[in-house]
Amino acid sequence: MSGVQSTGALRALLKRDLLLAYRRRSEMAQPVIFLLVVVSLFPLGVGPSPQLLGTIAPGVIWIAALLATVLSLDSLFRSDFEDGSIEQFLLSGHPLTLIALIKTAAHWLTAGLPLVLLSPLLAVWMNLPAEGARVLVLTLAIGTPVLSLIGAIGGALTVSLKRGGQLLSLLVFPLYVPLLIIATNAVSAATAGLPFAGQLGLMLAGLVGALTLAPFAASAALKLSLE
Amino acid sequence: MLSVRDISLERYFVPVFEPVGFDLSAGELLLVTGANGSGKTTLVRLLAGVLRPSHGSIKYADDTGGHRNLVYVGHHLAIKDDLSVLENIRFMQAFLGPGELPVEDITRQLGLHRVRLQAARTLSAGQRKRCALARLHTSGRSLWLLDEPYSNLDHEGMSMLDGLLRRHLDSGGACVMTTHGSLRPDGFRFRELVLQSGSVQP
Repeated sequence: MSGVQSTGALRALLKRDLLLAYRRRSEMAQPVIFLLVVVSLFPLGVGPSPQLLGTIAPGVIWIAALLATVLSLDSLFRSDFEDGSIEQFLLSGHPLTLIALIKTAAHWLTAGLPLVLLSPLLAVWMNLPAEGARVLVLTLAIGTPVLSLIGAIGGALTVSLKRGGQLLSLLVFPLYVPLLIIATNAVSAATAGLPFAGQLGLMLAGLVGALTLAPFAASAALKLSLE
Repeated sequence: MLSVRDISLERYFVPVFEPVGFDLSAGELLLVTGANGSGKTTLVRLLAGVLRPSHGSIKYADDTGGHRNLVYVGHHLAIKDDLSVLENIRFMQAFLGPGELPVEDITRQLGLHRVRLQAARTLSAGQRKRCALARLHTSGRSLWLLDEPYSNLDHEGMSMLDGLLRRHLDSGGACVMTTHGSLRPDGFRFRELVLQSGSVQP
């Protein structure tokens, strides 16, 4: 190849994706607003009892975060696929696995990280005790990258379909189930004053696993979608 | 530079075109012609490595471990609407390798200097094509795969492309170009591959 370092190309890709997200920031704000709206509907639906809200808070906030992430997943590869950028990535000679990883990282920075930053506010809102709130933020910080990584596989698989959004959610929700169970369990345990290090350890293991395996699956799925 | 042996692609068990084979050496231009739907774009995408042939083989002379030393400009221009012309070209160069010219000179040569700071969404179809052709300003990629490069270009744009192509061929590059109708490179020696019959006519 003509002496182009992959690191330079990948850095340019990350910069481009963040710049594109900034230019479409009203679109990027949608998952965050969605999360706020969904969580604020619960006190209206189940009643404003602080006791009850504190009990269901971990599950509500986590499920709302799952939904918000899935909302934004469809656009992860779609515009690049439709305008031919993915083709260009493929034949540029740079590893498509790393390209998928960088695009997923950009997705997390623009869609996942805001959810993590917003979660303390949601915890107060839902009357989650401080001990549980701390762990909630921690589980979201570990968990949302996993959501983006697993979601990238689904996004790459459904990118060639015109309306892949619904199929995408059907594909990835079952894969999110273990993460949801472990994360909400950790928060409940912390609230009850029980140890929660084991759950966090499991989540970290999941993050490492997803980080090493998901980009390979996503790049293979992208190649399939191009044919 | 490129050696193609009896490749074909089957869609739903029906071949898109009859098996095609040819050799392309440095400085050569191969014109792929044929009716609509004869598989010109499919052939170029096969050569680019986006599709994999059902039969046959494609060998690249300077293939170093899966790296294909080529530039592909197809119907999908891979231009980001929300980025300016300059930002788009800078990104192309980060990915494909820098050209000999500074980016500002490239926009001047492409006739996009006046609109270089505008978002690509404001460009006309011809200007978008010119912006995508900025990929040809990367040095060191010896095989060009151009799918209908003249479509949407005006006369000036076509002669600009011819100029780029001449320099590329003179410096030892090669090019496969699809075209139909009367839009042809002006004053070049070329071989023609007519799809459907699938034979190279000298």
